[in-house]
Amino acid sequence: MHTSLDHLFPSQTGTIETIDVSPELGRRMAALGLRPGRRVEMVRAAPLRGPLQIRIGHTEIMIRRVDAAKINVNLVA
Amino acid sequence: MKRIALLGMPNTGKSTFFNRLTGAGARVGNWPGITVDLLAAKILLAGTMVEVVDLPGIYNLHGFSDDEQVVRHFLESQAVNGLVVILNASQLDRQLALLLQLKALKLPMTLVLNMSDEAKQLGIKIDLAALARNLDVPVTLISAKYGQGFESARQAIEQLLHTHPAVIRADTAGLSQDDNIEVELDRIVGNTVNTPITLAPDLTRRLDRVLLHPWLGLPLFFITVFLLFQLVYGIGTPLQDAMNWGLEHIKTGLLQPALANAPLPVQSFILDGLFDGVGTVLSFLPIIVVFFIFMAIIEDSGYLARAAYLMDALMAKVGLDGRSFVMQLMGFGCNVPALMGTRVMRSRALRLLTMMVIPFSLCSARLQVFLFFTTAIFAPRAAAVVMFSLYLMSFLMAFLTALVWRGKYRSVEPLLLELPPYRFPTFKQLLVQGWQQSQHFLKGASGFIVGGVVVVWALTHYPFNVPPASPATLAGQLADWMVPVFQPLGIDRLLSVALLFGFIAKEIVIGALAVIYGAGQSNLAGVIAGKLDWVQAYSFMLFTLIYTPCLSTVAVLKQESKSYWFTFIAVAWPLGLAWVVSFAFYQGARALGW
Repeated sequence: MHTSLDHLFPSQTGTIETIDVSPELGRRMAALGLRPGRRVEMVRAAPLRGPLQIRIGHTEIMIRRVDAAKINVNLVA
Repeated sequence: MKRIALLGMPNTGKSTFFNRLTGAGARVGNWPGITVDLLAAKILLAGTMVEVVDLPGIYNLHGFSDDEQVVRHFLESQAVNGLVVILNASQLDRQLALLLQLKALKLPMTLVLNMSDEAKQLGIKIDLAALARNLDVPVTLISAKYGQGFESARQAIEQLLHTHPAVIRADTAGLSQDDNIEVELDRIVGNTVNTPITLAPDLTRRLDRVLLHPWLGLPLFFITVFLLFQLVYGIGTPLQDAMNWGLEHIKTGLLQPALANAPLPVQSFILDGLFDGVGTVLSFLPIIVVFFIFMAIIEDSGYLARAAYLMDALMAKVGLDGRSFVMQLMGFGCNVPALMGTRVMRSRALRLLTMMVIPFSLCSARLQVFLFFTTAIFAPRAAAVVMFSLYLMSFLMAFLTALVWRGKYRSVEPLLLELPPYRFPTFKQLLVQGWQQSQHFLKGASGFIVGGVVVVWALTHYPFNVPPASPATLAGQLADWMVPVFQPLGIDRLLSVALLFGFIAKEIVIGALAVIYGAGQSNLAGVIAGKLDWVQAYSFMLFTLIYTPCLSTVAVLKQESKSYWFTFIAVAWPLGLAWVVSFAFYQGARALGW
């Protein structure tokens, strides 16, 4: 199922398909391991529509929902 | 001079490696055009003196964050013998990208894989020989924290110096080259790194389940900050008092008798000018050491990054983040270390905005003034309300300031923060932090503070043939000129001289008032209650709360921002705000007939 990263529920995993962000943010994302083909797991979401905690390999990252919405993923069953 | 630069991603233990390599001799170097502090140390390696520079951690050589620009600027402008690249052994799947980018600079390199202990725990196996062959760079595996493998890393650096005895410049084409390294990255990692597919639920995940819990997270965060505050100032303040007690004894026991035969102005200059200036600097040292020991615990542990996660929903609205909030709260003890603590935020704009906000935190020195005034003027029940209103005002002014200035100091860096595994720093790492930061404060701020104290001394003591702080002194004349400014606030001439003293440090305001009113400390409360009504007193307290906290704060604002213009704004804005708020309150209260 195709969706964006911010729509995953905690402990769901997706494979990144495309990332639609500025080159600058894209570079930082790539450096943290967020790039097409990688598997990303939603760990948890902060309350009050706060940021998300996600995991790629051995790296855990906090990301704001607006940025996560620009990462398209394919849900892994 | 030979030179080696340390480079790596954030959270790889690069500074720990630097400290282990260089010992305690590091100092803040001065590099043209660079606005962040770079630690550098000269050490003996391979038989010659070598300068080792600790560059800020970066994610991407071609990125545009402040740190990334600093590193590029350094590599463009400084020649080096080689680079020591430090990466986290358990995150090679992404971190090797940085090394591949650096290769394009055509500088000699040696790769140090740190945190071998964590990689081993995670079951990650790295074929070092194959990795070195694939990258064509020597590789060593170490744990900088515990020291395993450190000797071989040191030998690798000596080997690099041996084979490349001359400094060379980076090939600047490599600084702007497009990334096309992902395929190579995946190939090398696939050939050399073996990672188990499933992760065991480790300590970090178990701790996060509680500390980042959707509902428990925030209350636990507030409890943590409260405990941190109690610990830092519970330990730091008695030490500060002890330091002051010792200084006072040196002054009265040693200096005063030694100067007994000197002319009075010389005595006064040395005792009340120079010595008090030096004393002001020294009295901050215990607090700074204790503050940074505890700060190192919560920063190195990874909890500070989690604070940013927990508070983001609330703080993003005013352009700040959770780490700003921690520093702002710590500022309620003392603004000086809190301002220095903003260094954990790597975006310069975010740092500057936080540094604008912190001086509004009602620090313990101002608290002393307010406690004195409220008990002198108000009934016990009203005094509590007054104190509460001042704390409320402190937060209000801070958020107002953030709202007003967030446009000018807007962080453009993406908020994509790594949440590193919980790590527990060694005792030695904590001491190194406390030591480095106090050195930094001594070097960066002491001249400014002593100079400022001497200037205020001159204003309040010259001419020498009249009583200090009396109307005939320069300060008294200054107060005369300032009457039109302070009269609309209900602040009379005498109180405005006290505000001038308060510029040095709020602790001395009460003592200064005793001198100004010619009353002893013990009956000062009665004298003040007789001279001021509550509207005047509250207006004075509002002004004291909002205007420049103290000289040392200004010195640190300058030291940390490295900008006179920012320092000017950070002093002028609160002064203006203090005037407007006091004016509005005083005139409003009078108009209502109080």
